Amino acid sequence: MLSRVANSLYWMSRYLERAENIARLVDVNLQLLLDFRNLDDTVLTAHWLPIVQSSGDEETFRRLHGRTTGQTVTEFMVFQPANPNSIVSSVDQARENARMVRDQITVELWEEINRLYLFLHSPRARELWRGSPSDFFHTVRNGSLLLQGLTDATVVRNEGWSFIQAGRYLERADKTSRILDVRHASLPAHGAPASANQAEALGWSAVLRSCSAWDAYKALHGAEIQPELVAEFLLLSDEFPRSVRFCVDRLDEALRSISGTAAGRFCNDAEKLAGRLLAELRFSTAEDIFEVGLHDYIDVAQSKLNAIGDALFQAYIFQSFQQLEDHELRQQEEQQQQSR
Amino acid sequence: MATSRSPHPVGDLPEAFRQYAPGDFYDEMIAADGTVRTHYRNFLRHFGALGPQEFEAKRQAVDLAFLRQGVTFNVYGDAQGAERVFPFDLVPRIIPAHEWARLEAGLVQRITALNLFLHDIYHEQHILNDGTIPPHYVMSAKHFRREFVNVKVPGDIYIHICGTDIIRDDRGEYLVLEDNARCPSGVSYVLENRRALKRTFPEVFEAGGVRPVETYPTELLKMLQHIAPHGVAEPTVVLLTPGAYNSAYFEHTYLARQMGIEIVEGRDLLVRDQHVFMRTTKGLQPVHVIYRRIDDDFLDPTVFRRDSALGVPGLVNAYRAGHVSLANSIGTGVADDKVMYYFVPRIIKYYLDQEPLLPNVPTYLASEEADRQYMLENLDRLVVKAANEAGGYGMLMGPQATAAERAEFRARIQADPRNYIGQPMISLSRHPTHCEGEGFAGRHIDLRPFILYGEKTVVIPGGLTRVALRRGSLVVNSSQGGGSKETWVLYGNQ
Repeated sequence: MLSRVANSLYWMSRYLERAENIARLVDVNLQLLLDFRNLDDTVLTAHWLPIVQSSGDEETFRRLHGRTTGQTVTEFMVFQPANPNSIVSSVDQARENARMVRDQITVELWEEINRLYLFLHSPRARELWRGSPSDFFHTVRNGSLLLQGLTDATVVRNEGWSFIQAGRYLERADKTSRILDVRHASLPAHGAPASANQAEALGWSAVLRSCSAWDAYKALHGAEIQPELVAEFLLLSDEFPRSVRFCVDRLDEALRSISGTAAGRFCNDAEKLAGRLLAELRFSTAEDIFEVGLHDYIDVAQSKLNAIGDALFQAYIFQSFQQLEDHELRQQEEQQQQSR
Repeated sequence: MATSRSPHPVGDLPEAFRQYAPGDFYDEMIAADGTVRTHYRNFLRHFGALGPQEFEAKRQAVDLAFLRQGVTFNVYGDAQGAERVFPFDLVPRIIPAHEWARLEAGLVQRITALNLFLHDIYHEQHILNDGTIPPHYVMSAKHFRREFVNVKVPGDIYIHICGTDIIRDDRGEYLVLEDNARCPSGVSYVLENRRALKRTFPEVFEAGGVRPVETYPTELLKMLQHIAPHGVAEPTVVLLTPGAYNSAYFEHTYLARQMGIEIVEGRDLLVRDQHVFMRTTKGLQPVHVIYRRIDDDFLDPTVFRRDSALGVPGLVNAYRAGHVSLANSIGTGVADDKVMYYFVPRIIKYYLDQEPLLPNVPTYLASEEADRQYMLENLDRLVVKAANEAGGYGMLMGPQATAAERAEFRARIQADPRNYIGQPMISLSRHPTHCEGEGFAGRHIDLRPFILYGEKTVVIPGGLTRVALRRGSLVVNSSQGGGSKETWVLYGNQ
């Protein structure tokens, strides 16, 4: 398979997963505010800033917005084209990558990505968002879920499929860890956290709901929210499909199926790093994590995920395929004489 | 009826054609005396049995199938990247065997002579040195590649794939309008149209008599493998596309799939030690033959346009070294120069010592004193074309133009005579075509056959018949309201 094609499939999948996760995160936190009293600027900033920080784009945000409010943060994370990780930017990028490999993906997949893209750029999107934010996020999330279903149901299980899987699970592991990190400020730097008070419990339940993990968590631990259990669930569960461990497990599997390497072995750095991270997650407990401190632990895990992404690139893609400004490239493509 | 050889009176036309008026043109189906030409009779017998509703249902089914399968072209300047279906008319254009035999022989003669001509002007330049063609015309041709003088190309073949445009005048005479010796497109429609029509009228095909076109991808691949660099037993062939935004992207992916070869962009390729490789997830893989759908100018930023983002640095060197083959070769654009077109009959005579089997349209060169005088005096009767434009651009249709447009072209011709030619307005032949709200009506058509020049020369029996769907229009380009038709070449003459 051409490296460019693999690269596009991988990023198409990553960006879709990203858009879906942001939609969930912003949606849940908007709803959470409904439970708060005394919403002054300080409270609002304390609520929204960690969300911006978790996305890793605080600097871009500060450049674009003076105040940290629900209005500015949602604008930044949903629509802002200047934020490369906003929902709109992510879907744009996913579509652009899909377009590059249109001949390699199924018609159903392309049409659905295109539909989501056209929706986000239509006046309808803004109207819906203003009138009923929850419905808006629902639409974005469902678009992504439909795409995942279509991928599962229509894409041939070949190398391309494995790159799609690798992109999806790498992104999901990263996003789950970032969402979990949103509430780290309420925890001690090291050591086991105390029981959460009522307001904190609300914050932690929002974390769970941002990962669609609320029901699964309740089934396992009952309705009582303990930060320690939440962290354990989202990082180490081997059954919940959005936990970091589960995602790294799938990532490891996808990477090995690209090269045809057996479980427990590796043939390039990406597989080695993914295997190591998986082993570490498999043989860790919540205590181990809180001993390091949740924030620090997540920080390290994220750089490990980044390293896997870099190694994947080194192993299969070699060179960056993002070169020119898009319009410039497009202009030249259109210019080619195809006398008709 | 079937035993009778006498011409069918108009009364025998199927109901739908009773109102049809051939008009003052050469009509492909109906002769001047109102009889149906013999090679259309078999078709009409089947087609006439179709009721209007049945026809409408079939028409819609075909349109829908094209849209769903994405048999489309991209529309430039459309921010949404919109794609359109190339309108397809269900009434096929039919060519009897004896006419095709002449066309085929004429096309083979033409591509053979053009390849000899290109080899000559890039090497010894006999035809220029002995004054048969004034050298300045070749040297000033926009697409003449000085860099390729004295470079040996595989098999001395320059034009591997040619899509010559052919028209018929008011007497039914076949004339060559232009040679597309760079990246002719449209062959995917030939194949898709055939598939669609076979599904729609299986009974007509069963009755037999239509020569198949489906061998094109196989012949194309054979030709591409034939030109592989010396000593490569199992060459890797790829199709180099400008990318997803190009108007012909559908055709690129279609042909690559049909041939079972990889479709690549410039950034998928790299050159090491004058060998070309593609980047795959399993590492670098050698590439031996490139069917390129990119202009010369963009092929290699180290040799041609530096700002090209579509090309491959070092590709030209690898080509010069003979480690990779290109189809078409570099520098064939000079044959597309409309001034060079003027000389093609001379070129055929010079290299083959034959008379051209397919005549040119009479042409005036603005850079010749007498011709220019004539052109300027008769702008209202001539079609004026820029020497290096295509797709219906850079053109003046004298009889239909406004005085201002004519004045503009007068100035342009005087400022840059080398770049303009004039031709009489040819009244293109017409063909019954289904038109919205009119039923079947006459519309002007042309024909683009596709010629492959490899170990042998193959002309795919048929080609793309383009039709100007607007009433009275002579412009068949898809960008300007053109559609397409199936082209049937019969085994026999009826």
